Amino acid sequence: MIRNLTCGEFVEFLWRYIEGDAEGDEAREFERHLAACPTCVSYVNGYRQTMKLGKMAFENLEAPVPEEVPEGVVRGILAAIRKG
Amino acid sequence: MIAWGAARHALWLLPGVALWATLAVVSATRLGKQEDRMDENDCDGLLLERLKAGDDAAFEVLVRRHAARLLCVARRFFRNEDDAQDALQDAFLSAHRALASFQGDARLSTWLHRIVVNSCLMKLRSRRRRPEEELEPLLPQFLEEGHQVRPSLPWRDLSDELERKATCGMVRSFIERLPATYRTVLLLRDIEELDTKETADALGLTENAVKIRLHRARQALRQLLDPHMTGGLS
Ligand SMILES: [Zn+2]
Repeated sequence: MIRNLTCGEFVEFLWRYIEGDAEGDEAREFERHLAACPTCVSYVNGYRQTMKLGKMAFENLEAPVPEEVPEGVVRGILAAIRKG
Repeated sequence: MIAWGAARHALWLLPGVALWATLAVVSATRLGKQEDRMDENDCDGLLLERLKAGDDAAFEVLVRRHAARLLCVARRFFRNEDDAQDALQDAFLSAHRALASFQGDARLSTWLHRIVVNSCLMKLRSRRRRPEEELEPLLPQFLEEGHQVRPSLPWRDLSDELERKATCGMVRSFIERLPATYRTVLLLRDIEELDTKETADALGLTENAVKIRLHRARQALRQLLDPHMTGGLS
């Protein structure tokens, strides 16, 4: 039996749909809501784009490092090492 | 995985065996990605023998070469600069203790990256658990009958390279603003690419708790980005 989700339920439990935890009827409830609700379509698309942007934001950071480490920090580390 | 023999040994020195297991698994995926950039660091190989012999000057070279990049990693976990610097120092102490067993078949930078993430997690775990910080204002609001108070609008595409860069900067600063409990889950799952089970083990949470926290973190991040991403539309 497929229920009609409200937008509130859809957004609250969206993680089950995104993570693939929702199967069978539960998955169909999400799909049916999406087919009828442009607001939630926008919500999900933005959510997926957020996931992509999160990854992208850290992707190319490893090569050049923008900043120097304060000299005090380096000295602190070296002193701690000497103390053992 | 074999390449991780050394790191595995290193992380054994730290409390929290689950952590090493977690990190060793990630290393396998990340190592693959980083191997292509081998050339930039091959001088590390020359350092290694001296490091293993306990040469202090060599260790200083190592610190100066890697500290900046590793501090950036620690800053993702801690908003407070002192905390990030502490985690960095802990990481170098752990690395120093573990160097003798480092076998050089993983890259030093990859190995150090694992260690600094590990020391950030140890530090986060050792803190007295604070009550869940309030994320409420960053979650979507609904009316009694179930519709959104402010209905979501479509987002625009970021086709322009400059704009994409600016948005990435924005994303990083928004992630920084998330309460630590949510930020950590987001960093481990979406940035460090641990899976749900690994994240749950590392943080001592259930898998469902990880999924829900991750959901909240993404929702909050979505909300913070929303004005920017709908702004270009009329
Ligand atoms: Zn809806």
